[in-house]
Amino acid sequence: MEPKLRTKRSILSLRSVRNRRKSGDVLVAIILISIAFFSAIPLVMSIGMSLKPINELFYFPPRILPQEPTLDNFVLLFKRMKTTYVPFSRYAFNTIFLTLATTGGHLFVASMAAYPLAKIPFPGQKFFNSVVLYSLMFVSTVNDIANYLTISWLGWLDTYWAVIIPGMGTSLGLFIMTNYMRTIPDSLLEAAEIDGCSYFGTYRRIVMPMARPAYLTVFILMFQQMWGQNNSAYVFSEELKTLPYALTQITSGGIVLMGAAQAVGVLMLIVPATVFIFNQTQIVETMATSGIKE
Amino acid sequence: MKTAGFGHQSRLRYVGKRMVKYRSAYFMIAPFMLLFFVFTVAPVIISFALSLTKYSVLQDPVFVGLQNYRNLFVNDEIFPLAVKNTIIFALITGVGGFGLSFFVAWAINDMNRYLRAILTFLFYVPTISGTVYTIWGVIFSGDIHGYANSFLMQLRLISEPIQWFTTDTWILPMLIIVQLWMSMGVGVLSLRAGMSSVDPQLYEAGAIDGVRNRMQELWYITVPQMAPHMMTAVVLQVTGMFANANVSIALAGFPSTNYAGHLIMTHLLDYSAYRVERGYASAIAVIMFIFMMTINLVILRALRKVGE
Repeated sequence: MEPKLRTKRSILSLRSVRNRRKSGDVLVAIILISIAFFSAIPLVMSIGMSLKPINELFYFPPRILPQEPTLDNFVLLFKRMKTTYVPFSRYAFNTIFLTLATTGGHLFVASMAAYPLAKIPFPGQKFFNSVVLYSLMFVSTVNDIANYLTISWLGWLDTYWAVIIPGMGTSLGLFIMTNYMRTIPDSLLEAAEIDGCSYFGTYRRIVMPMARPAYLTVFILMFQQMWGQNNSAYVFSEELKTLPYALTQITSGGIVLMGAAQAVGVLMLIVPATVFIFNQTQIVETMATSGIKE
Repeated sequence: MKTAGFGHQSRLRYVGKRMVKYRSAYFMIAPFMLLFFVFTVAPVIISFALSLTKYSVLQDPVFVGLQNYRNLFVNDEIFPLAVKNTIIFALITGVGGFGLSFFVAWAINDMNRYLRAILTFLFYVPTISGTVYTIWGVIFSGDIHGYANSFLMQLRLISEPIQWFTTDTWILPMLIIVQLWMSMGVGVLSLRAGMSSVDPQLYEAGAIDGVRNRMQELWYITVPQMAPHMMTAVVLQVTGMFANANVSIALAGFPSTNYAGHLIMTHLLDYSAYRVERGYASAIAVIMFIFMMTINLVILRALRKVGE
């Protein structure tokens, strides 16, 4: 990606530019480092706390890092997991299943819709695109009451569907995909048409493979959102509830479990953080196409 | 229709022809659009309809006209407080969060790619951290074991612990700090992507044409080039700001002391989940919807001017 002309490298500046002053570099570095601390310290504290033995929670002054790190909190957590009414693996399964089903379903319907919205000039294209754009401007909290009604009317309360189906119809993923697909050259699509491809065929043979970074990005954003999903608003049976719900239940036991509660946070963070690390480049590449133009 | 005449008819026929020609497009968008309209668009209309009723779930909704809105604006003593808090909260976390994201994206854009990847990850993690934000409750816990209190006490700046999350004056600033911490997520990604897509030759050309320092470069080259990405970042930022009431509830309790941390979101949750007055709650939801749309559209309009 980096053009070759960027040769002079200092820590801060990559560009071979004349218009940078040293004092400015220092100032930018100082501000950036303070923001980095602001961002990182709570995370370090959280990890530190999850490794602290109970007596260290009450040191004065408190230390950020544990003096004698232990895995006690994690052991306690796993012990408690065995005492739950529903086997703990069931909660884990529910979270993984709901995450993958919703994300997969969303990728399927959204990518199929994104191609016409980006490239086929059918009557109504503009209308649908602007409705999607406007829908990004409010949060789904506003819709919760109405959706509860719809879901109960459909008879989906207390089933997996209550989470999967509405999740598939969210618009951020579609928005990102549509914008990415706009960058696919028209000539390529026309060539496919001349060769006798139907629109669906073009989508499957040309658009899908070319939009790989967009698929990955939407997968990751959706995955992160679903991973933390607490479905207890729509689901009452213990067997259908998710990890975040179970874990907060286990650790809602007062001050002694403070370390364990942080251990939960750390454990839940590992999966989405790992997924993000390995796909950062693709995400940034995709986001580069997702400006609001009009 | 009668007055439209021939031109109108042929236009209709033209649209009809294209609809037939591109019919497969409709089949391809149908599955998504069905879900999208049922679960994202229709609820806005349903909420508005419900907001005109008295509805307690146990009984069917009863039409009461604008009663809920009248109660909300005239009789509800808490609501104005929630609106005031939300405006302060939104203004500071919105402007501050966008400023932080923009600065971060801009500063790391010049760095080598490994450092850039590490820093992006660092700024992004808080948004996906799930329940890790509860650590703020520990940092600012009201006893001497909280990091903040013990630190300030050691420096002898305070003589006894401050009850950060239960004192009126501190609650809102605390919530704002936590929200800022969580707000540098997708916004940074979008802005960073926007900055890296600016053609480097423009900077070269700018340097020759007399761009003297980084601020000029930022203002005359970078910002106009990436206006579309800034708009996306704003939309994501503003929406994220209102995303959930959980942070306020988990840290400041519910209700917070003297409603000092009460936001429109918590007010909505109060009436929809705890008091189960869903007609009234829908009225709050409608207000919140209007609130968010207005903020977004105003900012987008302003940014569009920058891009021109």
